[in-house]
Amino acid sequence: MNSTMTDILLLAFGSFGILIALTFVGEVLRAREEPGFNNPVLDTYMTRVQSWWGMVAFIGIALLLGKPGVMVLFGFASFAALREFLTLTTKAQADHLSLALAFFVVLPLQYVFVGMEWAGLFTVLIPVYAFLFLPMVSALRGNPDKFLVRVAETQWALMIAVYCVSHVPALMSVEIDGYGDRSLLLIAFLVMVVQLGDLLEYFFGRRIGRTRIAPGLSPKTWEGVLLGVASAMIIGAMLNWITPFGLIGAALMAGVASLVGMLGNLVVAAIKRDRGVKDWSHLIPGQGGFVDQLDSVIFAAPIFYMLTVYFYT
Amino acid sequence: MKFLRQFAARIVGQSIRIFARAITAVRADWKGIEPVPRQRVYFANHTSNADMPMIWSVLPPSMRRTVRPVAAADYWLKNKVRAFVGPEVFNCVLVDRRPEVKDKPMDKIIAALDEGASLIIFPEGNRNMTDDPLLPFKAGLYNMGIARPEVDLVPTWVANLTEIMPKGEIIPLPLICTVTFGEPIHVKDGESKDDFLKRASDALLAQRPEVRS
Repeated sequence: MNSTMTDILLLAFGSFGILIALTFVGEVLRAREEPGFNNPVLDTYMTRVQSWWGMVAFIGIALLLGKPGVMVLFGFASFAALREFLTLTTKAQADHLSLALAFFVVLPLQYVFVGMEWAGLFTVLIPVYAFLFLPMVSALRGNPDKFLVRVAETQWALMIAVYCVSHVPALMSVEIDGYGDRSLLLIAFLVMVVQLGDLLEYFFGRRIGRTRIAPGLSPKTWEGVLLGVASAMIIGAMLNWITPFGLIGAALMAGVASLVGMLGNLVVAAIKRDRGVKDWSHLIPGQGGFVDQLDSVIFAAPIFYMLTVYFYT
Repeated sequence: MKFLRQFAARIVGQSIRIFARAITAVRADWKGIEPVPRQRVYFANHTSNADMPMIWSVLPPSMRRTVRPVAAADYWLKNKVRAFVGPEVFNCVLVDRRPEVKDKPMDKIIAALDEGASLIIFPEGNRNMTDDPLLPFKAGLYNMGIARPEVDLVPTWVANLTEIMPKGEIIPLPLICTVTFGEPIHVKDGESKDDFLKRASDALLAQRPEVRS
């Protein structure tokens, strides 16, 4: 067992420790309730904690299996996210072939290129090639009705669900001097700082939040976001031993990833409002769909990847 | 031999269910009824051959064992594979709608209800290939409601299947399919056939999930 594996196990046990604490707090609160009284906030909290148990277990196992495990996990996450997204977008029968290509050609190719660590290709496959060619496939069927809306929404779905999500496993391909094969740990770092930042943002927002950022869109408050990002920076600094960033660098990277993630969550909330849905789907109990669960990580991943490549290679 | 066939039917049934779940993440929305075993007639919109397997896939096991889709005999007896899947996997009530046939469809349906089975029926009669959400209903649903008034008639909307597999396409898209079960209806005292069928059709349309675009 090498040091990367030991560190992953350590992080997994740390996360389980946090989850045990969260579960314990929930159970204590539940035990103190009047019998027969149902607290919906507590119920939501408990189902969320249960889903986090699953998530930590899945990501932990994937990281321990190494590259193939991570590729399969995020490839599946992309598939599920794309399915959720395209279920809600505007489409016509004329788009059938281009949508099928999105699912069965673009998505697998993106993961093949990420697996081959071919950065020159996986960073442009969707924003350039899919962007140019899929609308051509739709146009060939000759239906101009809402054409721009259809192709734009399909492209959006691919960017979010495939391009952005695939930048999480792409972190494995980053070659950093003196960091060796430990780039798997960057995935653990990104997911942990972003998700814990979200959790604390929610907590602080509920406790002391006053000023809504975008009323009518999301209950997020400036106070919650500031304290959430600050907490993410502290957590990032504490986790700096698994990164090549150093203490200050880890705090800054965590802060940027967390902030981008929270703003991305607003974008996703706006899309859901526009479509009049509460959740993207019902695949994860208590959390809605994959996009609901991963929205902040999805938006943070490409930025985190680009910053890592730009500053540390 | 009989045991083997039953076993094979179970395996095929499970495979269809797993395939439907993996591709379309098909899920049930129990809006108007609870997922409990009770004698019901699920009447659904019909746009694709996959409608019936989708409804069948979202029913919990105890309900799936007692449910029998009503289906056209000429379709399910066309070849050996279908003759196995239709009657043995889905336990279909096969009806023959040709006028010269002695075995009247409604008699077979009532017999199945009297045995305690729940039914899945498509009251439009044929697959809806038009742009309208529903075709006018045939009289069958009304006749069932008159003959066995105690049975719940449950409007069941299957969403997104037209987009998953539009007519003329070969590759299915893995979009999310939702099956929505509404509140049961019954034929009211003195209600005319046309009034009831109109009400049933409206009740089914009301189950259509709203997605703004």
